[in-house]
Amino acid sequence: MDLSAINPVLLVASLMVAATPILLAAIGELVVEKAGVLNLGVEGMMITGAICGFAIAVETGSPWAGFIGAAAGGAALSLLFVLLTQLALANQVASGLGLTLFGLGFSALLGQSYVGVKPPATPKLEFLGLSDLSVIGPILFHHDLILYFGIVLVAAVWAALKYTRMGLILRAVGENHDAAHALGYKVVRIRILAILFGGACAGLGGAYVSLVRVPQWTEGMTAGIGWIALALVVFASWKPWRVLLGAYLFGGITVLQLNLQAAGVAIPVEYLAMSPYVVTILVLVILSADKSSAPASLGRIFHAAR
Amino acid sequence: MTETLLSLRGLTKAYPGVVANSNVSFDIGVGEIHALLGENGAGKSTLVKMIYGLVKPDSGTMVLRGKPFAPAEPRSARADGIAMVFQHFSLFDALNVAENIALGMETPPPMRDLARRIREVSEAYGLPLDPFRTVGDLSAGERQRVEIIRCLLQDPKLLIMDEPTSVLTPQEVQILFETLRKLSSEGTAILYISHKLEEIRSLCDHATVLRLGKNVGECVPRETSASEMAELMVGSALKTPQRAGRELGEVALDISGLSAASPSAFGTALKNVHLTVRKGEVLGIGGVAGNGQDELLGVLSGEILTAPDAVRLDGAPVGQMGPTARRKLGLLTAPEERLGHSAAPDMSLTENAMLTGSVRENLERNGFLKWGAAEDFARRIIEAFDVRTPGPDNAARSLSGGNLQKFVIGREVLQKPQVLVVNQPTWGVDASAASAIRQAILDLAAGGAAVVCISQDLDELMEISDRFAALNEGRLSTPRDAAGLTVEEIGLMMGGAHGMEVAHV
Amino acid sequence: MIVLEKRPQPSREWALATPLVAVLATMIVGGLLFGALGTNPLVAIRTIFWDPLFGEFAFYYRPQLLVKGAPLVLIAIGLSLGFKAGIWNIGAEGQYIIGALVGAGIGLAFYPLDAWYVFPLMVIGGAVGGWAWAMIPALLKVRFGTNEILVSLMLVYVAEQLLASMSLGLLKNPEGHGFPGSRNLADYPSATSWINQDVGLHWGVAFALIAVIFAYVLLNRHMLGFHIRLTGDAPRAARFAGVNPARLILFCLGASGALAGLAGLFEISGPAGQVSIDFNIGYGFTAIIVAFLGRLHPVGILLAGALMALTYIGGEIAQSQLGLPAAAIQVFQGMLLFFLLALDLLTNFRVRMRKSEVA
Repeated sequence: MDLSAINPVLLVASLMVAATPILLAAIGELVVEKAGVLNLGVEGMMITGAICGFAIAVETGSPWAGFIGAAAGGAALSLLFVLLTQLALANQVASGLGLTLFGLGFSALLGQSYVGVKPPATPKLEFLGLSDLSVIGPILFHHDLILYFGIVLVAAVWAALKYTRMGLILRAVGENHDAAHALGYKVVRIRILAILFGGACAGLGGAYVSLVRVPQWTEGMTAGIGWIALALVVFASWKPWRVLLGAYLFGGITVLQLNLQAAGVAIPVEYLAMSPYVVTILVLVILSADKSSAPASLGRIFHAAR
Repeated sequence: MTETLLSLRGLTKAYPGVVANSNVSFDIGVGEIHALLGENGAGKSTLVKMIYGLVKPDSGTMVLRGKPFAPAEPRSARADGIAMVFQHFSLFDALNVAENIALGMETPPPMRDLARRIREVSEAYGLPLDPFRTVGDLSAGERQRVEIIRCLLQDPKLLIMDEPTSVLTPQEVQILFETLRKLSSEGTAILYISHKLEEIRSLCDHATVLRLGKNVGECVPRETSASEMAELMVGSALKTPQRAGRELGEVALDISGLSAASPSAFGTALKNVHLTVRKGEVLGIGGVAGNGQDELLGVLSGEILTAPDAVRLDGAPVGQMGPTARRKLGLLTAPEERLGHSAAPDMSLTENAMLTGSVRENLERNGFLKWGAAEDFARRIIEAFDVRTPGPDNAARSLSGGNLQKFVIGREVLQKPQVLVVNQPTWGVDASAASAIRQAILDLAAGGAAVVCISQDLDELMEISDRFAALNEGRLSTPRDAAGLTVEEIGLMMGGAHGMEVAHV
Repeated sequence: MIVLEKRPQPSREWALATPLVAVLATMIVGGLLFGALGTNPLVAIRTIFWDPLFGEFAFYYRPQLLVKGAPLVLIAIGLSLGFKAGIWNIGAEGQYIIGALVGAGIGLAFYPLDAWYVFPLMVIGGAVGGWAWAMIPALLKVRFGTNEILVSLMLVYVAEQLLASMSLGLLKNPEGHGFPGSRNLADYPSATSWINQDVGLHWGVAFALIAVIFAYVLLNRHMLGFHIRLTGDAPRAARFAGVNPARLILFCLGASGALAGLAGLFEISGPAGQVSIDFNIGYGFTAIIVAFLGRLHPVGILLAGALMALTYIGGEIAQSQLGLPAAAIQVFQGMLLFFLLALDLLTNFRVRMRKSEVA
């Protein structure tokens, strides 16, 4: 066992990388849930984004085209969820589960010929002078664009929900869809847009796994982080900045257990590998007392009767 | 007559199986307070939804200030100066007052300016309101103020009010009327929906009466007696329930020092409630909605458990018992919400008969269900209470509100309770069903049962109660003999004006 | 303009017809998908749905139907109880693994003892293992209000790691020449679930049938089943009727966990034979589709389980004969669930065409 092999600076830097997929998916799902929709298909949209992004990046040679394609792929899968829950008024829990099962199969189908292929590298940004600083250089100024985009997205969602009329209407729809309808707001349209946004974010998060974090394609490679992202939204009490905090916490645990595995700690690998899931459960238990901030219409079906 | 603001011509709207409005025509003048009168289900709501752009008429036209008016959505109705105060479903509990008001406006000013204007307008009309309070924490009267101020900020030409006084104490009603008269004197027309005749007589300039979707007559309420209007509204003279003189027995239900937290986030906790009901007695409990009625019912039904001796039935402590154990002892209840609380919407009437009847009607043996017996029980309810339905196989939600309510009340009454507790037994029920339900309650008391009737309809309570008490913020006033109580006294028991002030006319 | 009108009560005809229509629609769209993958759609559909039953090698595939269908039905019956009450156990896969591990552990502990009580003890162990694993989300939900969906799912990943650990460590075959995986229970007569391997009959098949009958009686004739249905339709009305929500959660999650654990035990001591890293193949998740496809009705689940087993077997044949990718069949199953959920609309709503309203 050699704990000294763990470099704290690299640990923090890679923690941010590990956190980004969860962060992207969770902030998207937060918007969806704020609109009163519970989409349990995050895992399915992430894995779809992962393969779409991977395939497009490999075919075009451009990681950026890959990320755009991943967002489109995730949104396209969420469109199925839209059809089921917003138009066919199906149960959201069942539809979300279906989305995940379907996404896992669909991505495996698409990804057959991409197993073992190496994707084009996603370049890291270089900030003149800053990136070379010791400690904060690697931590803050030596990452790819998407990682920064994730953080900016959290800020943007926070500001939009708190300060804009669009955000107010979105919250109103999630809080009481009957009242919003009575005031003349297009409940279904607003929810569809929110679901598509959530799908795009999840797709982006998935592509971050396959293009940056791993980077390669294997079946089922998102390994439950879509579900962790869902748990994170509860953990964050539907508050954007807390999503960031939570994502970094889970990223930290993931990276730490990988580092401990590499360092050959006496704990069996399997027990280290299950730690992020166990921690997720523990955090859910600790925080589930506070349900007051959940949108009141979350998961309820809206049908404008008369 | 003054200049016409809005005229409706031949408005018709049909839904599958029902014609909600058929060829309805009338005019509303500028600054006029116009009553729209009718029973539940007469088509009042559909009509105003057409004016507000929520529903499109199948045929007919509207003319607003001489121009054709056909709002495609509430937004365009609002742009034309139409504003509406809803009875239900239009506030967002988790948002604050200013946010709620901003949502009802087309182009709200920045929050700080909006908050200032809310303060100005609310004071000018005697409806004080803090813009930054969370709406879920407000009382029913305060919530209504939010809606009214939301409308007033739009400077409306026509203000539609749907049953506004059902959530107010008599004192608050007087203050609201002052506000409305002030608005009317400033030139705002008001379309006032109600089925309360005395209110309409004291407030309105003109009344249109709807029955079964048709305009059946117009009148000037001040010159028309309440019974004439009632006949127009119902179409026939109504039987008032008969109460037989009866002997009161010993105490059947005894609540002492009961305090209980509410299970829901924006509910009201019960605080130190005392009451006793004797055999053969009807205790009426009034109060504005949201002052602890649901919680009081929950405490009695066994959905909210308390200390054992806080609730006593025939002297025995039952506070810790669940609903089934209480039913076995003869304490039966009927909650306010029909669909989803006292009945399961998608289940058949037979299954709904099983829901509370299994214990007292012997519908189960060792946990195994006797569906045949349950169906017989459902049939007996349908027959005894004249429930209009094709049969016991039909789902609860296929029944109209009044018929389902008769089924729910009938289900409890036929089980021969020692104590029956009902909450809002005639809410949203048409007049003939309501009178049948009241009669059933009185008959039950005459047979020696103790009855607690929680209601927001003061007329109903005065009609059937022996004694009266009111809930206010989770506290229960001391019960008093119902005979001889004045409206002022009742209003004070309900908490008076709740911090409202008279408009500075 | 298309308008949706809520029916006064759900249509019985559509409730029965939607699964059939969904299967047909899936065949059509799935056929198009196979066509896009370069396979003749008709051949693919025939290979999946016809050959396992009536094809040349049907004598080999028909027993497989029982082997694959039994765990699906057993798990789906358990899940349907909770789903009816709005309690979402989606971690059956984890309960299946733990049931198998506990049951197999008991069997391996007795090895090579020849005694009649070994297998019954394993059965009890399997049920208790799955039950205990499901009690984690159940107790957390009752005690802390934790979301059972997320907890039960997280526990699948934990269970997979435990499985890996066990097959590489504690339960590894000491005579296995260092290869991962336990001794083969199917070769240990006192511990195998096989009754007759040639016709695909093992104890899981028997238990699945018993579970179907048991669930049918429970839901239609017993107060507990009535309370489960009531809770799903109207939770407040259920509390009013006297249902204790906490007890119902414990029962539903516990029962589904125990049944999933049993399914795992029967699988590991029969068809799978040994504890190995890739022992679980997603029955716990496919059972969710089976439960919905069977409309949460015990008899429906029996039929749906048989159909789903057919797609598994047909998928394997298509894989070997037509070169269809294994994932295609997963997509096929997901699609089936989608069509079913979407078509459910017709049960509760009436779709009408109406001319655009004139305002």
